[in-house]
Amino acid sequence: MAKLTIAREVCKGCGLCIDACPKALLTLSSEINNRGYHPVAIAEQDKCIGCAFCARMCPDAVIKVEK
Amino acid sequence: MAVVYEKTKMLTDKPLHYCPGCTHGIIHRLVAEAIDELGIQGKTIGVAPVGCAVFAYDYFNCDMMEAAHGRAPAVATGCKRVNPGNIVFTYQGDGDLASIGAAEITHAAARNENITVIFVNNAIYGMTGGQMAPTTLPGQVTTTSPYGRDVNHCGYPIRISEMLATLEGPAYINRVSVHDVKNIMNAKKAIKRAFELQMQGKGFSLIEVLSTCPTNWGMTPKEALKWLEDNMIPQYPLGVKKERE
Repeated sequence: MAKLTIAREVCKGCGLCIDACPKALLTLSSEINNRGYHPVAIAEQDKCIGCAFCARMCPDAVIKVEK
Repeated sequence: MAVVYEKTKMLTDKPLHYCPGCTHGIIHRLVAEAIDELGIQGKTIGVAPVGCAVFAYDYFNCDMMEAAHGRAPAVATGCKRVNPGNIVFTYQGDGDLASIGAAEITHAAARNENITVIFVNNAIYGMTGGQMAPTTLPGQVTTTSPYGRDVNHCGYPIRISEMLATLEGPAYINRVSVHDVKNIMNAKKAIKRAFELQMQGKGFSLIEVLSTCPTNWGMTPKEALKWLEDNMIPQYPLGVKKERE
């Protein structure tokens, strides 16, 4: 199982990672971070395969991937 | 658990000021990762441009200099000639490099200065509010071409990579894109190759990276990536334009 760590306060909610995820596991959170954006969140962590496509697509280096 | 991917130490902790979905962030990361992987962080000097990437000196965790608009290749020439043991790169946009800096980049390439140029082409002036740039596509709507770029009035866009590839000087010129993960990986390889050639003393290398400007194109980040793929790549074909043996 892979683990994503998302830097919520750095995320700008652009959503590029959402489209990059081959398993469609990422969504924008309904909460708002301190900068006024809806940060990305992973709904089903246990389904993540750790491909790191999301992290490579992220313009703000928000996502850390461990496997 | 092993780390598959994390932010490179070559980038500082300062959050990037770029708009949401701007691919400048991806390109910063690729340059930083290439420098990190080659182990040249301690001897690298970057030259920041004028444009959206003007604050690049805050983000790269190496020595940085700021150049006047378009003059980054001239500043980099000085850096490299005074410190030939250092690795010198410039990071420039199309409004900087292709317009006011056209003379500097052309002559740096012609002299085969042993520097690496990262040229970010998003077909528009981003920082100043989305005006028409030398790289704006025919028919593209910008704030100064509200009916689309009229080539009879404003001329045609400049293909910088092809233009510089006609010179005998440059060692390596490649055009890449960052609109999907595959192309991002490819772009990183090209950037790393450019730094390797500089380390071997082969001379001038330029990597043109096609980039998006969701804010000034008036699109969502996702639409902007699609627009890049459908419109910019036919105008600016990807691939190696020159590689000297």
